[in-house]
Amino acid sequence: MKRVVAGVLSAAILAFGTQTMAAEDKALPDFKWSFDGIFGQFDRPALQRGFQVYREVCSACHSLRLIAFRDLADLGYDVEQIKAFAAEATVVDGPDDEGEMFEREGRPSDRIPSPFPNAKAAAAANGGSTPPDLSLMAKARPHGPSYIRALLSDGYEDAPAGFEILEGQSYNAYFPGNRIAMAPPLGDDAVEYQDGTEASVDRMAADVAHFLMWTAEPKLEQRKQTGIKVVLFLLVLTGILYAIKRKVWADLH
Amino acid sequence: MTDTASPTHGDEGETRRDFLYLLAGGMGAVGTVAAVWPLIDSMNPAADVLALASTEVDLDPIELGQRVTVTWRGNPIFIDRRTKAVIDGARAVPLEDLPDPETDDARVQQAEWLIMIGVCTHLGCIPKGQKSGDPLGEYGGWFCPCHGSHYDTAGRIRKGPAPKNLVVPPYSFVEDTKIQIG
Amino acid sequence: MSDFQTTNPVIKWIEYRLPVFSFLDHAVGTKYPTAKNLSYWWNFGSLAGLALVIMIVTGIFLAMQYTAHVDYAFDSVERIMRDVNYGWMLRYIHMNGGSFFFIVVYIHIFRGLYYGSYKAPRELLWMIGVVILLVMMATAFMGYVLPWGQMSFWGAKVITNLFSAIPLIGEDIVIWLWGGFSVDNPTLNRFFSLHYLLPFVLVGMVVIHIWALHQFGSNNPLGIETKGPQDSIPFHPYYTVKDLFGMGVFMIAFTAVVFFMPNAMGEAINYQEADPLVTPAHIVPEWYFLPYYAILRSVTFDIWFLSAKLIGVILMFASILILLVLPWLDRSPVRSSKFRPVHKQLFWIFVADCILLGWVGANPAEPPYLYIGQAGTAYYFAHFLIILPLLSVLERPRPLPNSISEPVLKGGGTAMGATAKPMEKA
Repeated sequence: MKRVVAGVLSAAILAFGTQTMAAEDKALPDFKWSFDGIFGQFDRPALQRGFQVYREVCSACHSLRLIAFRDLADLGYDVEQIKAFAAEATVVDGPDDEGEMFEREGRPSDRIPSPFPNAKAAAAANGGSTPPDLSLMAKARPHGPSYIRALLSDGYEDAPAGFEILEGQSYNAYFPGNRIAMAPPLGDDAVEYQDGTEASVDRMAADVAHFLMWTAEPKLEQRKQTGIKVVLFLLVLTGILYAIKRKVWADLH
Repeated sequence: MTDTASPTHGDEGETRRDFLYLLAGGMGAVGTVAAVWPLIDSMNPAADVLALASTEVDLDPIELGQRVTVTWRGNPIFIDRRTKAVIDGARAVPLEDLPDPETDDARVQQAEWLIMIGVCTHLGCIPKGQKSGDPLGEYGGWFCPCHGSHYDTAGRIRKGPAPKNLVVPPYSFVEDTKIQIG
Repeated sequence: MSDFQTTNPVIKWIEYRLPVFSFLDHAVGTKYPTAKNLSYWWNFGSLAGLALVIMIVTGIFLAMQYTAHVDYAFDSVERIMRDVNYGWMLRYIHMNGGSFFFIVVYIHIFRGLYYGSYKAPRELLWMIGVVILLVMMATAFMGYVLPWGQMSFWGAKVITNLFSAIPLIGEDIVIWLWGGFSVDNPTLNRFFSLHYLLPFVLVGMVVIHIWALHQFGSNNPLGIETKGPQDSIPFHPYYTVKDLFGMGVFMIAFTAVVFFMPNAMGEAINYQEADPLVTPAHIVPEWYFLPYYAILRSVTFDIWFLSAKLIGVILMFASILILLVLPWLDRSPVRSSKFRPVHKQLFWIFVADCILLGWVGANPAEPPYLYIGQAGTAYYFAHFLIILPLLSVLERPRPLPNSISEPVLKGGGTAMGATAKPMEKA
């Protein structure tokens, strides 16, 4: 009897685990990331490269509205570099004493400005599709970082025979429904990495996916490091509680 | 564990149990404090609030004799670019005439630039005097309409219920014509 | 007049004016005799209490930072995750705390089902527990809407729309629930208000639950009443220390998930802000609602004047409400499945059926899942309405031991004097 139940249970658990994957046509590659696992950390050079890819390529269409320039300190930039990043941006502020909105240089406390004033404007400029905000993309899709990397690197293929692709669309093996409004955004050497790394499509895709995992979960390192301490502490405390429980109950048996 | 000179077997057990109780109690206390701290700290200013805790102000567009108000940490900051005559007037006031004695020199970093938090030290109203046409009070500085406190051209209390001079915020000149408040 | 003994003058002073210490002593202390053979399955009541406290405490602090407005709700949660000191920790504890609350409550309920804890004289204790479950579910549902992600919004829309199945007044009720013509700002505001209120209602009901529990004390794995002092031990220190140990184990599992895989039990799409114009491909509730969701969707046919939708809604609510009458469906005089060989097997099949329904609920409502769901739903109700009443008559239970200490003695082989010893303290 118990074996039957165990069989049903494990079959059910197996089915639970796999059913979310079924949506994609091509199985996602199982990329390894430095932030995986309980000791996982971000790779600072990869984050900075990924930010560069975002700034020089993605930011033309995609916003990153939850990130402020000051947050970039996490990537290993110093105050002056962050001020310089902010100063490149133009921010709308106001109203001033005359009641007019005005433009000014960005400050570290500002959020990264979006390329379009609102979603409608973004859709109008992009053939009807709104380029989604990328701040949380790595958490808003199952297996987010691997999905982003795969989609950007080897997801773009020729559509299979008979698969209709409309004007302004591309075929992408990993995109749900396979019809993606974003043309392949990366080509070899689309950016010139400041650290001299060769900018292959796969490298850039991996770096920007890494960067987007940081934008989605900036407290990841703090979380895991705290977690190790908390769990170790609880293991010891629970061990002591177990010893006390044994002692207290010993005189019953 | 405690195979030292315990007289009886029972006592040995008691000692060990007491030690475990102390250990568990101690760890429980430490754990509770560690768990409560995030709750308390979550009520402290968050990172986005702290990022606005200091403001840079460009003084360049302010003309001689002009008063400008900026916002810092939710309060108005009065910036007054004072003329030579005003500075001389403020410095001529004898200290014994002041309810809260303070020299003009002690209230400014550069005599031309008087920078103060624009909150009346009585009950927190915003004194008048920043806009042209505002009442300036009897001493040509600022006048608080709530309970009639008069401040002079150095922002010092001269008459009325306010106990202290207008507060000078922490600030520094990052450039000749740029200050950072906070 | 108090039977509480102490030498501490401060405690004495307070006790004389407010007998809180003797009250606690009777509630969870040395004056509360408890069956001596409770297994670790009896830990889950105190764990549910711990979960409730964790949820209320983190929730109060999260509410200080949250903004209940459709334009700001999503961003205010992300501000908590990014800018508020330890905000990410509080949010992940609260988010996963909901799941863990349901895990321990479900185990608590299934323990009651297995050991017949719902039987006389504990029917009312059980029924209060069922109401607690219902309030918990309402609280969880409304809490899930607050972050205003895609699944928050569409979950709210689908579930509130269920009430439109009510004949004649359904549409009006839905508009009343929404405070408008769609799930919108008024809906979010009232959900926040109720999500904050209901946990305190839960606290009150838990107090009544425990009050009822103290009338006859806990059931036990043998399902026979304590027959004398040799069958019971004082709650303190035996079960206080056992509960504390259980809480330690619970916290290890809980914190491991919170810190190492906080999003494993959530839907990724809820990290995308609610968009009333774009429905996600699959709308699925949180895992703890999946079995009910499967029952809801399993009805695809009208019966007479009842629409399929209405029957689905009725069945979904009935799947929980049926627990209220369980004490009168299962008439077997024997409580514990230890002595009910057939019930024991059927219990595990019922557990498997609930898991199966959960799996169906996570999948689209189309063949073959639909048929599996229909079979699972049929079996779910058959278990209560047909199998248990029949079993009460047909099953021949094994003989019950005379007392709790009898099998304990048989197993341990200790003398009578040893088992009586702790009672000297009580």
